[in-house]
Parts: sequence; C-alpha cells; structure tokens
Amino acid sequence: MLLIENLHVSVADKPILKGINLEIKAGEIHAIMGPNGSGKSTLSHVLSGKAGYEITQGSISYQGKDLTEMPPEIRAREGIFLAFQYPVEIPGVSNIYLLKAALNAVRKHHGQPEVDAMDFLTLVKHKVKMLEMDEKFLYRAVNEGFSGGEKKRNEILQMAILEPQLCILDETDSGLDIDALRIVADGVNSLRSPDRGFLMITHYQRLLDYIKPDVVHVLAHGKIVKSGGPELALELEEKGYSWVESNKNGVAA
Amino acid sequence: MGNVSRYLDNYQDLATTLPGQDLPWLQSLRKTALQQFAASGFPSPREEDWRYTNVTAIEKKLFAPMLGFVSTNPNLQFIDKECLQSQLLSDAWTVVLVDGHFSAELSALNGLPDNILVSGMATALESKPEWVQPYLGQALPAESHGFIAFNTAWFSDGVFIHIPTKQVLAKPIQILNVVTQAEVSATTRNLIVADCSTEATVIESFAATTGETYLTASVTEIFTGENAHITLHKLQCEADKAYHFGGTHVKQGMASRFSHHNFAFGGLLARTDVHVDMDKASECELNGLYLGVNRQHLDNHTRINHLQPHGISKELYKGVLDDRARGVFQGRVIVAENAQKTDSQMSNRNLLLSNDAEADTKPQLEIYADDVKCGHGVTVGQLDEKSVFYLQSRCVDEETARNMLTFAFANEMVEKIKIKSLHDKVLEQVLKRFPQEGVEKEWL
Repeated sequence: MLLIENLHVSVADKPILKGINLEIKAGEIHAIMGPNGSGKSTLSHVLSGKAGYEITQGSISYQGKDLTEMPPEIRAREGIFLAFQYPVEIPGVSNIYLLKAALNAVRKHHGQPEVDAMDFLTLVKHKVKMLEMDEKFLYRAVNEGFSGGEKKRNEILQMAILEPQLCILDETDSGLDIDALRIVADGVNSLRSPDRGFLMITHYQRLLDYIKPDVVHVLAHGKIVKSGGPELALELEEKGYSWVESNKNGVAA
Repeated sequence: MGNVSRYLDNYQDLATTLPGQDLPWLQSLRKTALQQFAASGFPSPREEDWRYTNVTAIEKKLFAPMLGFVSTNPNLQFIDKECLQSQLLSDAWTVVLVDGHFSAELSALNGLPDNILVSGMATALESKPEWVQPYLGQALPAESHGFIAFNTAWFSDGVFIHIPTKQVLAKPIQILNVVTQAEVSATTRNLIVADCSTEATVIESFAATTGETYLTASVTEIFTGENAHITLHKLQCEADKAYHFGGTHVKQGMASRFSHHNFAFGGLLARTDVHVDMDKASECELNGLYLGVNRQHLDNHTRINHLQPHGISKELYKGVLDDRARGVFQGRVIVAENAQKTDSQMSNRNLLLSNDAEADTKPQLEIYADDVKCGHGVTVGQLDEKSVFYLQSRCVDEETARNMLTFAFANEMVEKIKIKSLHDKVLEQVLKRFPQEGVEKEWL
C-alpha cells in the first residue's frame, strides 16, 4: 500500500529525514516511536503533502502511484488521512459542513454521486455516538473552542466518516486522559480492516496498549534505527530512547 | 479653495429652494454651516481624522443637486423600478429617497401605527417643525468637518422618524437611498427620535441603480431615550464609481442600548463616521464589515464617548481587502473622568488577499477615569496557511479552501444580523464580491 524508499527530506536546506525505508501493507498497523526532534512529525507531514518540505532523495509510492507529485487534497481523496497532532481551529466553518464537503469531494473523485442528505445525517450521527461525542459538536465551528481531547476525537470522527485507506495518526494520544484515550482507541480499532493500513506516530508506548501494532519502528536522527514486534515498544519504555539512539546499526524492517 | 468656491457659486441659487425657508432657527444653522464650509471646504488629509483619506477628487468634480420639482414627488423617470424593487426588504416598512428627495409614491408605510411618525424631512419641517427643532444638529459634535457642514448647509430632504414612549416597532423601517443620474449629489439629513423604552430597528440602504459617478452625503442623527433599544443597520452598496460620505451621530439616553451594523461594500471612495455619546449605564455595540476590491477606498471612522459611569461598549470591525483596495479603520474610545466602571472593548481585524491591498488601522483609547476596563486589539494579516493545509488534507481543493476561510472571516459579521431578509441580502452582497467564484451558501 505504502512504500517509502531511501527518503531524504530537508526543511530550509536542513536535512531532517536521512534515508527512511518503510513498507506498510494493507491490514497492517505500524507504529513509529522516537524522541522529540527525530523527524516523526516531518514524516507525517511529507506523506500528507504539506508545503515546505523538500524531498532531496528517494521515493514514496502509494498504491503504486508516485505520491510526491500529488497536491494534498488529491492524496486525501485517494485515501490518505492524517489525524493532526494539533488540529487547527477554523472559525466560521461548521464541522458538519466540512465533513460533508470532504465526503462529497472523495465521492466525486471516485465518480460517485453526492451523498444523500438523510443518509449522511444518519451516518454522521452513528459515528458521533460511537465516539461518545455530543451532537452539538457537529454544528459548531471546526475545532473552535474544543478541548484537546475533543479535537482529537473530532479527528477520529472525520476519519471514521471518510473511511480512508491509509490512516496516519500523529501523536493522537498526546493530551488525552485515560477515558478519552480509550474512546479514541475504540474508534481506531473499529476501523481496522484487511484492506486498511495504519501508521501511528507516538512518543509514548501508552497508546499501543490500546491499539496493538504489528510492527514497531524506532526513529532517531532522521533514520529508522530499529524495527520489531510490539515487544519493542515495551523494551523502549523500560530502557529509554538512549538505548536505541546509541545503537545506530539497527536493521530496518 | 478655488474648487470649493465653485460649489459655493453653484449652490447659491439653491438656497431658496431648500426646505425650511420660513424657519429662522434652521436658516441660522444653515448659514453657520455654510460659513464653515466656505472657510474650510471638504476635509483635507492634513486633518488627523482624514489622514488616510483624500477627497480632492470630489472637490475637483462638481456634483450638483437635483432641483426643480416638489420635494415629495421626485422625478422617477430615470428609475429602474425592477432594480429598486430588488433592494427593498419584504418584511419592513420602506421609505425611498430618490436623488436626495423623499418619494411618497415609492414608500410603503401601510399598517404603521398612527402614533409613529415616519415622513420626509421636508414635509416634517413644514408640518411639525417644533418636533424637529429640539433635535436637529444636536447630536453633531461641536467641531465637525466639511462634509457635515456641507450636509447641514444643503440637505434637500431626508427622513424624520419619531417613536413615542414605550412603542415597540413590529417591523423594521428601511430607508432606501438611490441616485438615478450622473454627476448628481444626494444630500440628505435623517433624524430618528426614539423616546423612553422604545424598541426599533432601522436599515439605511444605499443601492446602485446607475453605473454613473455621483456623490452621496448623508447624515443621520439618532436620539435614544431612557431604556430604548435601537438597532441601526447600514448597507452601503453604492455604484462602483460613486463617492459616499455617511455620518451617523447618536446621543444615547440613560440605560439605553444602541447597536450599529455597518456594511461598507460599494463605492469608489466611501467614508462612514459613527459617533456615539453614551449616557449612564448605557450599552453601545458597533459592528462593521468592509469588503474592498479593485481600487476601492473604504474608510470607517468611529468614536465612542463614555460620558457617564457604568457604560458598556463593544466594537468589532472586520475588513477583507483584495486587488489594490485600501481599507481604513480609525476607532476612538474616550472615557471621561466621570465615566467610572466603563467597560469597553474595541477590535479591528483585517484580511489582505493581495500584495497590493492595504489596511490602515488606528485604534485610540483616551481614558480620563481611573476605574475602568478597556481594551483594544488590531490585526492585519493573510489567510492562515495552516488552516488552508488542514482543509486540503480534508479533501478540499486549495482555491475552495481559501474561499471558505475568507467567507468564514466575513460571515461572522453577517451572522450578527437578526432580520432574515436583511441577512440574506447582505449575504448575497458578500458572495457577489468574492475573489473566487463558486462560493456556496451551504457554509453557513
């Protein structure tokens, strides 16, 4: 589904990612862990097409297509979804309008008719209930005045409605209390399916107690320095990042 | 000053045709104003309140008043009736001023309660001068600029509204101003007297029914009695080549509430003054939205005088400027020594959509009392790129994302309008002036 080969990325001429190799197959959940400044968020931004990142070497292919040439909205319509670490507040644009505009853009992209208004409302209300959100959130401006936890839940709501192929979760656990974390994790787990891939970026192992990854990678200094099964996350939690940072000869998966 | 004398010469013959010939008090007001205008002419950028707005273009031209017909029966020969009809609100009592003259034929006041007076100013000066005299000119500042003097010296008509104690208006009153021909000046004076505990909403609309150059110079004075709740909307959609000056001068009574919603969309050069004198425990809310495209120059000048204790004022002006348009906001809040416990917030936010657009903003707080809560904030910026990217990551293409954010920015002010028909009309005007096409109303 996603194949990243020897990816080098610079921001303002400063190399951030220095040769990432990563393959995510449909149905897999990958976790990327790493200390602050290791390049985790850069990777998520590059995959979603944010401006300001220069790919100096390597390639990213998504479902066999070159991703690097696609504008962000086309990537999104093709099924890549980034759940932001810091979701942006958009005063004046209602949540429900954005959801509908996004869903219709995806449908149009795939040659499908616009969603029926009643069907849409039923779908949204069902998902809202699943995420234990108040329906009032739908009619409020996107993320405006939402608490940290509400913003994260709203990201998962958008994801649940758009049903993307590749879900990238950037530090989705940060700022969540235990209850919110469980609700968000339940939402993510409900989307697990054999034809959907996940890339979870996280600083802490905590989220991985709730969403069990197939593969864990450790990112340090712009490279994947170690890859392994879920047990790697526990080991990291115990020994700290200095353990892998000093061990740069790890083998990428 | 040479150009001012052309106006003086040209307007000389006019004097005898203006309303209120047999009213010495009005003649005296006009004479003083004329002397002031003769001495200082139109405002100059040397005056602090006009430093960003240069009106020499008006001085160089010679806009002439429409004369030669009975004031209640202006010439309707050139009016585009269909266009006029589209500007009228369906759920309001409507008064139409054509080329600066009240038109009884086009106005619709059916069902207006008998004790509420809505009439042309010229008619009021004939039939009820004693109702007008105590108020006319009384809301204007002692030292005013050339446009106010011009208006007082030469106003040809206008609207007089009197709402007696405890009367609550069931419907808003719309005053629609139109100009039908080139090089005309429409100089009108409106007076709204709302007695104690009244409630009323008035809408001043300035609509384009011609593509020509003309000048509007309109002054509205408002007196709100104790506990009165008065809301005034101004929808300025003058023709592209028009010049507009509008002054709104308010004297608030004790514990009264005044709200103003100022939409400045039209005209080549347009200036609006909103000056409010507040009394004890009164509330004042000033909202504004200016949308400038091409080479438009839109200037808004507000002044709130907290003269007595316990007043609350809230002000928010927003501007969206594209192409080579220029927006000016000068907001002044003055808290007198006696006006303790004043609570005042002023904010001006500008969105620049092009590199050539310009916003000049100058908020001023003058506080002479020591126990007050006052604040102001100003921003001038472009669309937030993080927000654009966020929307793109949610499948929205970049152009639509920019449209959406611009619209959302402006729409906050439209959403404050409580009258449905007016809300829709303002929204229509906002959408019309949008930089990109394809803005859908679904975004509400």
